[in-house]
Amino acid sequence: MTTTATPVTPVEHRLAAENITAGYDQRTVLRELDLHIPEGSFTVIIGPNACGKSTLLRSLARLIRPASGQVLLDGAAITTLPTKQLARTVGLLPQTSVAPEGITVADLVSRGRHPHQSLLKRWGREDEAAVREALEVTGTTELATRAVDELSGGQRQRTWIAMALAQQTPILLLDEPTTYLDIAHQIEVLELCTQLQREGRTLVAVLHDLNQALRYATHVVAMRDGEIIAQGAPETTGTAGLVEDVFGVAARVIQDPETGRPLVIPKASPK
Amino acid sequence: MSVPTTAALFRPGTRPVRVRGFSGWLNTRAVLVTLGLLIAAAVVAWWNMVSGSASITAAETLDALLGQADEGTTRVVRQWRAPRVVFTLLGGAALALAGAVFQSQTRNPLGSPDIIGFSTGAYTGALLVAAAGATGMWATPVGAILGGLGTGTLVYLLAWKRGVSGLRIILVGIGVSIFLGSFNTYLVTMLDLEAAMAVATWGAGSVNDITWAHVLPLLAITVICLPVMLGHAQDMRLMEMGDDAAAGLGIRLERVRLVQFTAGILLVAVVTAAAGPIAFIALVAPQLALRLTAAPSVQLLPAAAMGAVLLTISDAVARASAMPVNLPVGVITLILGGAYLVWLLISLGQKKGTSS
Repeated sequence: MTTTATPVTPVEHRLAAENITAGYDQRTVLRELDLHIPEGSFTVIIGPNACGKSTLLRSLARLIRPASGQVLLDGAAITTLPTKQLARTVGLLPQTSVAPEGITVADLVSRGRHPHQSLLKRWGREDEAAVREALEVTGTTELATRAVDELSGGQRQRTWIAMALAQQTPILLLDEPTTYLDIAHQIEVLELCTQLQREGRTLVAVLHDLNQALRYATHVVAMRDGEIIAQGAPETTGTAGLVEDVFGVAARVIQDPETGRPLVIPKASPK
Repeated sequence: MSVPTTAALFRPGTRPVRVRGFSGWLNTRAVLVTLGLLIAAAVVAWWNMVSGSASITAAETLDALLGQADEGTTRVVRQWRAPRVVFTLLGGAALALAGAVFQSQTRNPLGSPDIIGFSTGAYTGALLVAAAGATGMWATPVGAILGGLGTGTLVYLLAWKRGVSGLRIILVGIGVSIFLGSFNTYLVTMLDLEAAMAVATWGAGSVNDITWAHVLPLLAITVICLPVMLGHAQDMRLMEMGDDAAAGLGIRLERVRLVQFTAGILLVAVVTAAAGPIAFIALVAPQLALRLTAAPSVQLLPAAAMGAVLLTISDAVARASAMPVNLPVGVITLILGGAYLVWLLISLGQKKGTSS
């Protein structure tokens, strides 16, 4: 006897938000939200300003404790995990960080090894190897001895990414990694993200630019007013209807001649 | 043990060390700076031991310390000078440690406990105890510690708004400090004349009347706080990169902050209880140590050594300037530190001007 129903293979995931309600002080930003991050994906969260996309990312990173619901890592609530253990699995590139004055690139990157270190094991061979690799992947090896405050914006951002990579986490969260960068450096950072994803990492990023999200993401999560309106592959989420729904912008969607991905073009205002 | 040469490039002035189970960095420059400062502190401390209104030679001082001098000399050296010298060494280090911690946590060179009101608060506690008429070796230290912790809690709570920002702590602290300063003046007027006189010299920050009974609580608190602070030093340095970055590296921010703040306040309070508010050591020492070690983040041990040097030198100057009447050491640190503060504010202003 054979069953006709096709077995539903659930998308594999390690990091998930289940029924979370979160916000700041009295203001609730996210309301009973569910999100499962597909394993091995480059998930990009998009949405208009103040839609809760950063709050969602910050909840996943345990920077915010949800008022209710929980964030799960491999089925365990992240609030129950030791902070260092969590930091060995989930890395974070925060929106703003401060490089201590005069710190060198290599020194900053080596700080990413903190979750792997203990009182007696403060700088082992594996730490050195991880830092070297992180510098290499991000193309910052030549900058290793330079002071971070002397670098250009793009170089600096690559250094911070290198620090997060030195952490050697299978999951990496990036909060607006392209903000304040010019277009060349934005592309550089996003291509680095794609490369990392292809090498087997899971990435979750908040991006402002809808077309960049559609171009680089493997999984798009569209948010509005603290809720997820749609999610899925860029080809299925990048539609005119969705742009109208999420951003309130009338747009045409064409195929990007470079990538074949959807390309959103806002309509000219009728005048 | 092996030392890969290229790794030294990672952190200038440091080298990786691996011995059996241990691996880490040896910051050669910081070690040398610390040793140099400790030697300087020891030299000045020895000069303070052998100079004073009673003329006692170095040889006699040594004899007295070893218990081989006559009763009078022994008393001067062991009961009068030695506690004062030990206090300036330890107290300077304690203030500098507290300063280093607060500057690191507020990410601002202005975030030192004397600027943000913790010394003033400790002084308030000590005054309240005196006004209540409590006596005994631990009465003033306990009063000062409670005053310091109370002020710390108050500043922290008033500055709290979705977490604490360094600048808000400093601004709230300055406000609280001004308020407590006038409250302290009021408390002094409430005391009877004799107590008020005693409190007045103390209020300038003086080590003239330090005895072993003052040194003991300071030693006890330092022995407890120093290892705890060092244990959290790395976490603290990582927190200088911002709360989010540090949290992403698995640091428990609130715990580290609570531990470091408490340890810092205890150190300031116990020094203030004995000597009154000694200004600016906490502000200046960590920054000077930072310049000397050329490190990107606050270094606790070099800062402590620098604090010991600064306070012993200030004491030497105070004693030399007005012998035989001793000037309060707080007056000297106030002059030195005031000049530094002006320079700091100007350079901070310039940096703001050019970077934005």
